[in-house]
Amino acid sequence: MAGIPFEQFLVQTVNGLVSGMILALVASGLTLIFGIMDVVNFAHGDLLMLGAFVGSGVFMSSGNFWAALLAAVVVVAVLGALLQVTTLRPLLGRDPLTTILATFGISLVLQNYALWQWGPSARNITEPIGGQFRLLYLQYPVYRIAIALLSGAIIGGLWLFMKYGKYGIWIRATTQDRVMASAMGIPVPTVHAAVFAIGAGMAAASGVLFAPLVGVTQTIGLDFTLRAFVVVVVGGMGNLGGSILASIFVSLLEAYASLFVSPAQAVIVSFVVLVLTLLFRPTGLFVPTPK
Amino acid sequence: MSPARSSATRYWIGFAVVLAALIVAPLVLPEFWRRFVTEILIWGLLAMSSDILIGYTGMVSFGHSAFFGMGMYGAAAALLSIRPPNLWLAIVYGLLGAAVVAVFVAYFSTRLRDIYFSITTLVFSQIFYVIIFTWTEVTGGENGLSFRQPPFSIPGIVSAAFTPVTLHWFVLGVVTVSYLLLRRITQSPFGMVLQSIRENEPRTRAIGYPVERYKIVAVLLSGLFAGLAGVLYAVQNRFAAPDFVFFIVSGEVVIFNVMGGMGTLVGPILGAGFFFMLRELFSRYFTQYYLIPVGIIFVLIVVFLPQGMLGFLRRRLNQ
Repeated sequence: MAGIPFEQFLVQTVNGLVSGMILALVASGLTLIFGIMDVVNFAHGDLLMLGAFVGSGVFMSSGNFWAALLAAVVVVAVLGALLQVTTLRPLLGRDPLTTILATFGISLVLQNYALWQWGPSARNITEPIGGQFRLLYLQYPVYRIAIALLSGAIIGGLWLFMKYGKYGIWIRATTQDRVMASAMGIPVPTVHAAVFAIGAGMAAASGVLFAPLVGVTQTIGLDFTLRAFVVVVVGGMGNLGGSILASIFVSLLEAYASLFVSPAQAVIVSFVVLVLTLLFRPTGLFVPTPK
Repeated sequence: MSPARSSATRYWIGFAVVLAALIVAPLVLPEFWRRFVTEILIWGLLAMSSDILIGYTGMVSFGHSAFFGMGMYGAAAALLSIRPPNLWLAIVYGLLGAAVVAVFVAYFSTRLRDIYFSITTLVFSQIFYVIIFTWTEVTGGENGLSFRQPPFSIPGIVSAAFTPVTLHWFVLGVVTVSYLLLRRITQSPFGMVLQSIRENEPRTRAIGYPVERYKIVAVLLSGLFAGLAGVLYAVQNRFAAPDFVFFIVSGEVVIFNVMGGMGTLVGPILGAGFFFMLRELFSRYFTQYYLIPVGIIFVLIVVFLPQGMLGFLRRRLNQ
């Protein structure tokens, strides 16, 4: 650590926590969909990107960030439900690998549609909460902290809903035993569509929240897809708590790594974590040891 | 003649007819389509290599771009560092590059099954993409590397620069030999074990086969053929670029397999041909957004024709 001042280290910790919370929001949508339907959603990053574009469109016409956030979530959630009903429902009961193929096809279509509809130039969304505060030696934007808190709130809301909400209990019952849940009168196909819609909506929310930091392009989701996959595997597939912890862990490591190498190369750190996890603990880092 | 015998004869007659057509093709086709057919052969070889995993072992690899790219960059290394440029050394370097990456990927990713395997191969290919993209001094970074085409040479006998026609024949020769090799491998006892892993892994293990070792060899084999395709592509186009290591290429390889029919070897080549025909057709109307209709067709095939076009045709013919 020679040559790196302690203050820089602290700032990177804050940066890592902030990007970890956004990644956790993306990854928890992915994990939710995987854990409940055994569907690996390859198009998750594209739903995020679509959310960011819808958000930027609404933002430009209304000027209200929160309206943009809400509109993006609703539009993308409805689209997600439609996609689930049209392409994933017929695949139920087939090899789970076919869902990767189908969602990969959807991803291609969405990505090219975005390029066609909105063009290659970046769009901006202004952050809703301006202002900066003093963090040691630099001015730190308040909005970054707000994103982390909002992401945490959305994930917390999901958790409460799954734990106590009537429909949350339906969802968990469907996960445990699809046939039994159906016998108990739970409309399983509707639950599946709803879960996909929730996951898609969360992706859209993270897209809009993240957009003020980088600008909206059709590649905004790409980076997230891969890192979210890494996190989901590292955290233990289908394990919500695990993937959140893994998001923060991986993002912190990446933030520290970028003290030494360029940000593009810091991504490799998360891949190294993945390799080590696979080598020593293929079931995931943050889950109890399987018997 | 017994029925088994006659179906084998029919197969070889069909093989000879297709081969003859492909030999004649560059002599009669106009420039554009000649190049088109050569490219389809190269992409077909890549698709075939991934069929060993997808179709025969039941492991969907989303990382074939890494092997293909290493083949390209391996060839580039040989063609740029060794004077005079030598075609065979380019192939050796390319295969070595692909083999190193394949061993690395195989060692880690075969610990996982199903979707986990797919994701790991995908992530690995992205690691190599990031390394190639950022290591500008060696790989040329975003611009890639360009080099001159090596001549076709057999030491002491011939040494002649490639023309488009002879290049097509060379590619055709390599792809045909690879196809015959792969066909032999998939029908060998080794190939049978791979297929039994696809059908029922725990049972294969219970019989006493070291499943992990078979899987590692399968990935290595697949990687070698993918690397060979990479070398051919590099030689044809005289460059190596990071775009070909990006996971979109791996995705396209999976598309070829699904469209053509997994587990048939011929199907993936057919799928590659179908994909590029669709691309030609739709780029007239959708320009660079051709992937919108092609993606929709792909999803329809996944949902309605899980056996691919070859499986569909076979079923129709047998009715």
